[in-house]
Amino acid sequence: MKKLAKQFIFYSVLLGIWALLAKLRVWPPYLFPPPWGVGHALWDGFADHSFWIGIAVTMKRMLIGYSLSVVLGMALGLAVSSNKFLEETLGGLLVSLQSLPSICWIPLAVLWFGLSEKAILFVVLMGSLLSVTIAMEDGRKQMPKIYGMAGRNLGASGFRLFWSVLLPASLPFIVNGMKQGWAFAWRSLIQAEMIFLSLGLGQLLMMGRDLSDMSQVMAVMILIIILGYMVDGLIFRTMERRLQEKYGLTPA
Amino acid sequence: MSTSPQNAYSPAVPVGPRPAARPNVFHGKPASSVTMFPLRAPEVVVPKVALDAISLSYRATSGESLLALDKIDLEVRPGEFLCIVGPSGCGKSTLLHLIAGLCPQTSGKILVDGKPVNGPGTDRILIFQELGLFPWLTVGGNVEFGMKMKNLPKAEREERAQYYLRLVHLLNFRDSYIHQLSGGMRQRVALARALATEPDVLLMDEPFAALDAQTRDLLHDELERIWAETGRTIIFVTHNVREAVRLGDRVALMTFRPGRVKQEFSVKLPRPRQMEQPDVARTAGEILGYLREEINKSLEEEYADEKAR
Repeated sequence: MKKLAKQFIFYSVLLGIWALLAKLRVWPPYLFPPPWGVGHALWDGFADHSFWIGIAVTMKRMLIGYSLSVVLGMALGLAVSSNKFLEETLGGLLVSLQSLPSICWIPLAVLWFGLSEKAILFVVLMGSLLSVTIAMEDGRKQMPKIYGMAGRNLGASGFRLFWSVLLPASLPFIVNGMKQGWAFAWRSLIQAEMIFLSLGLGQLLMMGRDLSDMSQVMAVMILIIILGYMVDGLIFRTMERRLQEKYGLTPA
Repeated sequence: MSTSPQNAYSPAVPVGPRPAARPNVFHGKPASSVTMFPLRAPEVVVPKVALDAISLSYRATSGESLLALDKIDLEVRPGEFLCIVGPSGCGKSTLLHLIAGLCPQTSGKILVDGKPVNGPGTDRILIFQELGLFPWLTVGGNVEFGMKMKNLPKAEREERAQYYLRLVHLLNFRDSYIHQLSGGMRQRVALARALATEPDVLLMDEPFAALDAQTRDLLHDELERIWAETGRTIIFVTHNVREAVRLGDRVALMTFRPGRVKQEFSVKLPRPRQMEQPDVARTAGEILGYLREEINKSLEEEYADEKAR
């Protein structure tokens, strides 16, 4: 409760300073809109359904692209971590590919798939696939060996050893990989949408720029922050914290 | 908590007063027929566990091959409580891993009931020093794990889990998760989990090393009681000589690098024993004299390493 009160005061002060600067007209309002202007833009956006549609389109792409990258990334991470040859060859390539910002895949995606839905999904996939793969691979390596030994000792082997011991034992690392994958996918998607101009939140952002409507730009930015935080901060972080506590990875 | 009858389940292994009944290798007709006039087969005890010239070498990071265990011969009778002591780094934990079948020896043979060991088997359960309890399962889930791997029906698993959890006084914590338990309780969960698969041989790797003295004393009492009640064969590794004398029928002393069995001591003191008992202390003192040589050797080697640097 105390923390909540602190946060409330902090955001109130922040809003107050913003309102004051806007009221004093330090910068012209078309460059620095007041909070109520942005609030109005938010209201309008939801009232004419353009924000709802944007959110729906973006989330749908996110769901498809992200699910794809989680499934593929886990399979790839599993393969790389369980084969010495793959680890030494493909593993190195994956790490070096990750240094490529996902937006760099856009020219390639456009040439391969045209300005299509496929191209956007490709960019999202490339953005988060590698981070999921690498997190999965690291997880397999960091997983305490004792669980596998204890499982074999108690009569588990083959698929059952994997399913009942190795998989649950690496769950904290899997969730960590999923969280990282989400963060990368989210960034990649918004970036791609800004360039492709095909509905979605990214396009709403660019539309605001094209119309010189700073209120809309800021309204969409706030929307992106809130949506991103809700998934990353609330869902994944809570899941991660609970798991770490349960698995004794942090002093509970 | 469940309200089922007190002893709905009882294990199928020999239960009774010590010493445990020795199995007779003579499997012919019972000797009840008076007309028979044969030579009676001599009562030979097949050792529960027999190590025959076990050696283990491994490749060190420097590339040279190091001998960790050197031709270890050891026999453990059925129902016996054997303690293995030795300086740290003598390979006593490794020896338990070998018996558990978790890694292969370089040469030699391990026999359980006269049959060679290759790979893990639920007739031998190892309680690891770090326990290796599964944090994603409840206490009950952990105890049932081995039975689940054996595909026992749910009802039987639950009944057995209840029996063994009661044995270690943890029935009330059946639905708790491991992170909610204290160190001594976790130790008892590991014991219950191992016992629930009903192994003939229980391998224990310094299980009480990380516990405070009071908890350890309590667990000694419980282990001794459970051992007497279930008639299992126990091989118990420790670096604490007094603990070994407190618990063991026999104490085997291992040498430092390469690990060999230097000497075996039979502990004839009456049970139950206590750590503070004068005769336990005296016996431990005698054994410690032999152990000290090995500890000194291990220290010398460590210091030599330091000088070489």
